[in-house]
Amino acid sequence: MMARLIAVLTFLSLSVSVLAIDSEQAFDDPVLQARYEKLVAEVRCVTCQNQNIKDSNAFIASDLRREIRRMIGEGKSNDEIKDFLVTRYGDFVLYRPRFEGKTLVLWIAPFLLVLFGGVALVRVVRHRMALPMDDEPGSNGGLQ
Amino acid sequence: MNRFLLPLVVVLIIIPIFVMGLRSDPSALPSQYIGKPAPEFSLPTLADPTKTFSSEDLKGQVSLVNIWATWCGGCRTEHPFLMELARSNTIPIYAINWRDNRPAALSFLEQLGNAYVASGFDEDGRVGIDWGAYGAPETFLINSEGEVVYRFTGPLDRVFWEQEFVPRIAELVE
Repeated sequence: MMARLIAVLTFLSLSVSVLAIDSEQAFDDPVLQARYEKLVAEVRCVTCQNQNIKDSNAFIASDLRREIRRMIGEGKSNDEIKDFLVTRYGDFVLYRPRFEGKTLVLWIAPFLLVLFGGVALVRVVRHRMALPMDDEPGSNGGLQ
Repeated sequence: MNRFLLPLVVVLIIIPIFVMGLRSDPSALPSQYIGKPAPEFSLPTLADPTKTFSSEDLKGQVSLVNIWATWCGGCRTEHPFLMELARSNTIPIYAINWRDNRPAALSFLEQLGNAYVASGFDEDGRVGIDWGAYGAPETFLINSEGEVVYRFTGPLDRVFWEQEFVPRIAELVE
């Protein structure tokens, strides 16, 4: 029983690498390979917009992977590669938009909302604490 | 009723934002080149690999650049309209044949007619990427300085033509 389970799991784990879209190793150098894998995971596929180009088999995704491989091979920095993509496709192409003028609201809005909610919460709680408690003797819950 | 004032103001601000969100097409990516010079390129033409079609050819006239391919269904759909446009001599139509196969592309044009002044053959898709294309067909309106004025994605037809292109071209020609 156990042996069979292990066999099934082994075959299942093998099938994952068969189905992988971008299975070929792009670089022999593990540092470059790691950079490549991180980049392709952060770039949005522009035709299939809720996927990154790592997981997409759309041709535009494979073309963008090829361009990223080429640029890493040419010794371009991550910033230069992201610039290349943003110039052509806009900030939307990066899953983690850069922190700059146009994307500022994306980055600070969550913090502003938490701050706003926190202030509202404190005000409500303070207001309620100032109210007399219903079950306190003397207030008798509004009953006469 | 002062305590209702703030929530009311907030709701009145939020509702138009939501309505705008509902109306906009979330999958439409605006072209990054509107108002900027068209990306530079130089491609061999589809018909004759020894000749080139380049961004220089776009200067000095108002023109269209159509990104198309034989693998793209929408390109087949819009082709009769492009033919109609070409016959009416309204505007020169240039093309970037994107990630295609030369014999297939040539036979497409032979069967359905060639609407293009020139087609650049972008075999590996690099020029398409430079133009920020994310699908085909895409049609760019280029002014006489060689700048991108407008981009339309999807199959072009008379309705979209009248609505999106005609007024913009009228403005450019003035």
